[in-house]
Amino acid sequence: MSTPERQIEPPTDADVAPDGVTRRSALKWMALAWVGFAAATAAGLTATVRFLFPNVLFEPPTRFKAGDPSTYAPGVDERWKERFGVWIVRNTDSIYALVAVCVHLGCTPNWLPAQNKFKCPCHGSGYYVSGINFEGPAPRPLERAEIAVSPDDGQIIVDKATRYLYERGQWSDPKAFVKLT
Amino acid sequence: MESRWRQIQHSIVTSQFWKSIFRVGIPDTNRKRVLAMLGNVVLHLHPVKTRKSGVKMRYTWCAGGITFFLFLVLTFTGLLLMFYYRPTVEYAFVDILDLREQVPFGIMREVHRWGAHAMVISVWIHMFRVFMTGSYKPPREFNWVIGVILLVLTLLLSFTGYLLPWDQLAIWAITVGSNMASATPLIGLQGPGTGLLKIGDVPLVTSTNDARFGLLGGRFVGAGALLRFYVLHCVGIPLVAAFLMAVHFWRVRKDGGISGPV
Repeated sequence: MSTPERQIEPPTDADVAPDGVTRRSALKWMALAWVGFAAATAAGLTATVRFLFPNVLFEPPTRFKAGDPSTYAPGVDERWKERFGVWIVRNTDSIYALVAVCVHLGCTPNWLPAQNKFKCPCHGSGYYVSGINFEGPAPRPLERAEIAVSPDDGQIIVDKATRYLYERGQWSDPKAFVKLT
Repeated sequence: MESRWRQIQHSIVTSQFWKSIFRVGIPDTNRKRVLAMLGNVVLHLHPVKTRKSGVKMRYTWCAGGITFFLFLVLTFTGLLLMFYYRPTVEYAFVDILDLREQVPFGIMREVHRWGAHAMVISVWIHMFRVFMTGSYKPPREFNWVIGVILLVLTLLLSFTGYLLPWDQLAIWAITVGSNMASATPLIGLQGPGTGLLKIGDVPLVTSTNDARFGLLGGRFVGAGALLRFYVLHCVGIPLVAAFLMAVHFWRVRKDGGISGPV
C-alpha cells in the first residue's frame, strides 16, 4: 500500500483571484511588506537612540594643562578642583593627580587641611592624602588621572579620561605620576 | 411649579444638543444605566456596578482613589509651575526662589512637592491593601503587574522631579542616583560584561555613550541632565503613566470589579 505521489500542479483557476493575483505573489508581497516594515522600525529605533547621544559636548575637556611643576608646593593643590575636578598632590619625590570624585557614590569630597584628609560630605568617606580610603563607606581608594610633563613647554598635562586604580596596582605605572628631579 | 421644572428638564434632555452628548437619556432602568456607563469614555473605565464592599473605606482605604486624586492635583499644580520655571542652569534655582518669594500663591510649589510625597506614600498603601486583601490573585494578576509598573513610574516621577530645584541636595542626589545606571549590564560603563565589549584595545562603551550618559545627556549632572529630567518629568513619564492608569482602571472593571472579601 503506497500513498499516491503528489504532483505539483500549475495554479488552477481556483488559485487565481479574478484580478490575476496568485497566492504565491500575494505572499511574496506580504513578506516584502513585513521586511520593509521591520527595517523601517529598526531604523526608526536606531535613530531615536542615536539622537540621545550628541556629537558635541559643552563640558570642560578631560585633558588640560596644569602649569609648571615648580609652581606646586608640597601638599594638596586645589586650583583645578572647581573647574576640572582634580587635585594635584605633590609629595617628597613625585606629583600625582587625584580625581575628586568619591568612589562610594560619586559626590565631590572636601580637602580638610587641618585633619590632613579628604572627606566626602555625602556619606562621610575619608581618604588620606595618597587617596587611600580609611573611613566611611568608600570601598576603594580615590582614582588617579594620567599625568605627564609636556615635552614642548614643560607644563603638567592631566588627562582625566585615563584612570589608574590602586587596587589594580596601577599607581606605580609611569603615567600615574610625574617624578620630581 | 413642579410641572414647569419638568417641562424645562424635558426640553433639555430631548434637545439635539443634549442627545448628541448623552445618547441614552435619563438612566432610569438597569439597561439604560449600563448603556450610560458604556457610552461615556470616562465612565466606561469604571465598573457598571460596584459591590458594597467596594465602597467601604474600611475595606479599600480608597488608597488607589487617593493616589489618582493626587496625580490630578500634581498634574494641575505642575502645569501652573511650568509657567514660571525655566529648566536651565542659569534660571532653575532662582525661579524656584521666585516661586517662593515673588509669585502670588507660590505655595503651589509646596502643594506640588508635598503632594508628590503623599502620592508615593499612598501608592505603597494601595499596594499594601491590594496585597493584604489578596486582590492580586487571578483573574487580577495582570492588573497587579500594571500596578507595579505604575509604582515604578511614580518613583521615576519623584526622582526626575527631585533634580528640578537645582540646589545642592538635588544635584548630588541625582549624581548618586544616576550612578546606578553605570552598573547596567553591557551598556553601563561599570556594568557586568561591559569590559568584554571592545574591538582590540578600544572599548565600545565609554563615558560618552553608556546608559548613564543617555540618561543625563552629559558625563555629569549638568545642563543636559536638567533639561532631560524636566522633559521626562513634565511630559514623558506622565503620558505613559496616564495611559497605564486608564488601562489599570479599565482592567478593574474587566476583571470583575473591586475584589470583595472572601
